[in-house]
Amino acid sequence: MRESRSGRRLWPALAAPGTLWLLALFAVPFYAIAAVAFGYPDPIFRSPVPEWDPRYWDFTLFTEVVQRSLTGDLRPVFVRTLLFVGLALLLCFLIGYPVAYYLARYAGRRRGLLLALILAPWWINYITRMLAWLSLLQDDGYVNDALIALRIVPDPVRWLSGNPYTVVLALVYGYVPFFIVPLYATLDRIDSRLLDASRDLGVGGFRTFLHVTLPLSRSGLMTAAVVTALPMFGDYFTNTLVSGSPTTTMIGNQIEFYLLGGSRKEIGASLVLILSFMLMALMAYYLISSQRANRETS
Amino acid sequence: MTRRPLFLAALTWLYIVWSLVPVLIAIQFSFNDGRSRSTWQGFSFRWYWGDSGSVVSDPSLRLALSNTLQLALLTTLVATPLGVALALGLTRWRGRTSRAANGLMLLPLATPEIVMGSALYLVFTNLYTLIPLGRTAQLLGHVTFSVSYVVIIVRSRLHSIGAEYEAAARDLGATPMQALRTVLLPLLTPAVLAGALIVFASSMDDFVISAFLSTDASSVTVPIKLYSAVRTAPSPALNALATLLLLGSALALVLAWAVLRRRRGVAAGTDRAGGSALREMASIDV
Repeated sequence: MRESRSGRRLWPALAAPGTLWLLALFAVPFYAIAAVAFGYPDPIFRSPVPEWDPRYWDFTLFTEVVQRSLTGDLRPVFVRTLLFVGLALLLCFLIGYPVAYYLARYAGRRRGLLLALILAPWWINYITRMLAWLSLLQDDGYVNDALIALRIVPDPVRWLSGNPYTVVLALVYGYVPFFIVPLYATLDRIDSRLLDASRDLGVGGFRTFLHVTLPLSRSGLMTAAVVTALPMFGDYFTNTLVSGSPTTTMIGNQIEFYLLGGSRKEIGASLVLILSFMLMALMAYYLISSQRANRETS
Repeated sequence: MTRRPLFLAALTWLYIVWSLVPVLIAIQFSFNDGRSRSTWQGFSFRWYWGDSGSVVSDPSLRLALSNTLQLALLTTLVATPLGVALALGLTRWRGRTSRAANGLMLLPLATPEIVMGSALYLVFTNLYTLIPLGRTAQLLGHVTFSVSYVVIIVRSRLHSIGAEYEAAARDLGATPMQALRTVLLPLLTPAVLAGALIVFASSMDDFVISAFLSTDASSVTVPIKLYSAVRTAPSPALNALATLLLLGSALALVLAWAVLRRRRGVAAGTDRAGGSALREMASIDV
């Protein structure tokens, strides 16, 4: 299309307000994390003073926090976060894959209804969904009533006082819808003739799944894992709601504690930076490998 | 097609029951006639508009509800025009700066809320100190995470419209601005409406950004109220509050779906703004 001079100016002018907004309220705030983490303590009040000029950044405190995370008192928090998120992802896979697979391959006429029901949790407020479980998991709630009636346990299970299994299950409950949807989108695109071909060649259902379906859904699995892992790593509210005990503290809880609770905001900022680096590495791995996959298929 | 595997069907329905029934029970107990959230004592609306402790009579619950609605409305009013303009600009404007701006627009979609919340909290307490934490800061934060949703939805519609209508208008002598106003914007209306409704719903549902930028009781929103009161002062009134929130966001999203449904071709993209955004990020040249 021929572009006149006014056209050349119109489009950047339209993009400018939104871009400036994001610069001022997304890019600059991100920089503020670094400025606080690499700042210095006020000589009199001992409160953290942010350093905006990178030439004067002081890394001693940040290195200290990294040390504590790798070998010191914060190490268990990091290990626990990785463990909880890893376990939750595994459960998301075990629950989410069959559901997404059924939806994509066999739902037939009921697909619209099923999809609506599976998407419903996206629209229901996260805190509301947790609140629902909080009353079910009370000592005298429906879950304990059912377990005792079925004689699975003799006494009520104390689900809500620092039980790590409750935290992992709550994370799964919270985020599994985000796992199912991108996976479904990928499984839906798989050409069913490939699966028929595999069966025609005499390969059993399970081996077809293992050697045809699973490899073909790799990109969807990666997207699903990233989409669920990113918010799980930063989650603190699930943990506070269903446990609230220091025995299940995750990175998010520590960040919330240092930033909103105490006066050591620079430690909170350092932890946010460490978490961001971890997640950026995850993201970079995802982007590079999905790009490679794109290139292979095209 | 082979026969339906019963095992998978059972698992899928079990999953749906597991994911939705707890919420239905929570809604049911908002209509409980007693104080309990686990023993049913008959049907009543007392926790909605009763004389004491209900959503209507408790000032703190009422304030949370009105804060949430105001915040969602203002966020929608600011984020929608910003996002529509940004989508138009980024789609038609070519060049290095445009690509950088596009990357900046996609980043909030891939940023965990706690990182964005911490960043906004630190910038408002250390740099933009003219804006105190509270409702204004919450509005600025909500707009920041909402703009990208609007861009993604409007842009997918822009791509399906193509450049032909606009080119035709230009050939007939319209200036770029006229072509935009008389041809492109009317075609974009359903996507703009859907974007606005999705922004409204996601602002109502947001917890983390609101919580990091709130100060005291004056800036409490419904999710914050639910979060802080559920352990300290549980009451079926909280369930009633949650039910009202659910009703609000369900209404907004059903409307958005209906608006998009009328135009074929765009509906698929919006259901998974997050996922498609990630996929879009995957296709950017690094």
